[in-house]
Amino acid sequence: MHWTSLNSFLSMGGYGFYVWASFGITFLSLAIEFLLVFNSVRNKEITHES
Amino acid sequence: MKTLKILKALFGRELKLIFRNQSDLFTTFFFFIIVCSLFPFGVKPSSELLPQIGPGMIWISALLASTVSNARFLLSDFNDGSLEQIFLAPIPSTLIIYVKVFVQWLTTGFPLLIVAPILSLQFGLKYQEIMVLMISLVIGTPLLTLIGALGSALTLGGRGGGGLVAILVLPLYIPVLIFGVGSVLSYSSGISPETSFLVLSAILVFALVFLPYAIALSIKLALE
Amino acid sequence: MNLYKFSSPKVFYPLAGSIFKYTLLPSIFFLVVGLYISFFLAPTDFQQGEAYRIIFIHVPAAWMSMIIYMAMAFWNIVGFSLKSKLSFMMSRALAPTGAIFTFIALITGAFWGRPMWGAWWVWDARLTSELILLFLYIGYIALVMSFDDSKRGERVGAIYSIVSVINVPIIYFSVIWWNTLHQGASVSFNKAPSMAAMIVEGMLVMMLAFWTYSIAVVMLRIRRIIVEYQEEMLLMNHTTEG
Repeated sequence: MHWTSLNSFLSMGGYGFYVWASFGITFLSLAIEFLLVFNSVRNKEITHES
Repeated sequence: MKTLKILKALFGRELKLIFRNQSDLFTTFFFFIIVCSLFPFGVKPSSELLPQIGPGMIWISALLASTVSNARFLLSDFNDGSLEQIFLAPIPSTLIIYVKVFVQWLTTGFPLLIVAPILSLQFGLKYQEIMVLMISLVIGTPLLTLIGALGSALTLGGRGGGGLVAILVLPLYIPVLIFGVGSVLSYSSGISPETSFLVLSAILVFALVFLPYAIALSIKLALE
Repeated sequence: MNLYKFSSPKVFYPLAGSIFKYTLLPSIFFLVVGLYISFFLAPTDFQQGEAYRIIFIHVPAAWMSMIIYMAMAFWNIVGFSLKSKLSFMMSRALAPTGAIFTFIALITGAFWGRPMWGAWWVWDARLTSELILLFLYIGYIALVMSFDDSKRGERVGAIYSIVSVINVPIIYFSVIWWNTLHQGASVSFNKAPSMAAMIVEGMLVMMLAFWTYSIAVVMLRIRRIIVEYQEEMLLMNHTTEG
């Protein structure tokens, strides 16, 4: 699949909003989930070191 | 037989409690009637529309009425310690569950059966449709009581209230709702309601066999 | 080697840490490969244009949501059979991840449906079952959290998870039947573009990415749960001594 330009890649044949919103929400959700768990584990480790 | 004597005593106790707390009996009953009567106000009460939504509205009112009584099912016995006493009896806990659920159905499910035909007339359902609806309710209301009993048992002793019981129970109610209403809708479309009745009955049998065990286990966990 | 020693939370704790380390990088790898396939290798569908690429998230996410719910029920059954607390904790660790995948499946389903068939939502069997699955996840999490005693909360949640997992296929078929009764939705999410091999591979790679990601996150979460459990034990010992 060769995209002729960055613009055509971003616009996804006109469906850009839907495609990028989907991928965006997905990765945002997973990233937030990961960070929340990671932080809570770090906090536990810090509390127990002290 | 000792087990039978104990069960009869338990049954008698449950019934006596019901007659002492008559307000509980009437709350579910009138809730059902009021909610069901509200629905036509929310839509255009045309004579074509109402019979179409009627079965669904009656069934959903039954679901909601059941939810109202679910939270209270085991709670008062749990709180005053009588639940613990009952489970000390030397009989299988599943039998205790059967008796309690049966009485619960008598007080919260059975009254709906009496009133449903009248409400059906409100929605302009035809005589045969009312018959199909009644059969679906006869099979379905015990299911609602059983599943609701599980919800009630699960939340005993926790901080969740009636809202939590509703969240747990309503998704499990959905197949019952689908086949309950579906039976009447099938009939109206000329399809035999037999499939719906068979599926509903199968789910009921399955629930009767397995749910009391889960309910008993939940109660035992709560009593630890 | 005696595997049963790993059913002790304390022994499992470092193992979880290792598993986390070994699955985190693979998940990033699979993600990169999967995205590459999704955007650069998979051809444009002549019916659905570029929007179909959402399938590379929607389908794997939906699969994950189902697999995780079944895994939860599995661990809960193991917990009751072997009386191991760790199994119940594993189920609890899985739940939030499963719920998020369910959420992702629903949202991407909506974003796929809107440009393709004009509706943000259709009541077809798969999407509706997915929605109900989300309710079941939320119910489980709310139920477990409503108990201060984690041991009780997990076991009660376990009963709910086992009962409701049996209900999931029942719900699925009842919604299918309900749809046929109402002459079915004219749109169906089964109408994915003709499955060119590249598309199937793309979905499989994204699936692996989600799977390894899930394992990594769940390992992390169960470590937190194990620590919380130890804290709870300390608290209980203090209050019974005092």
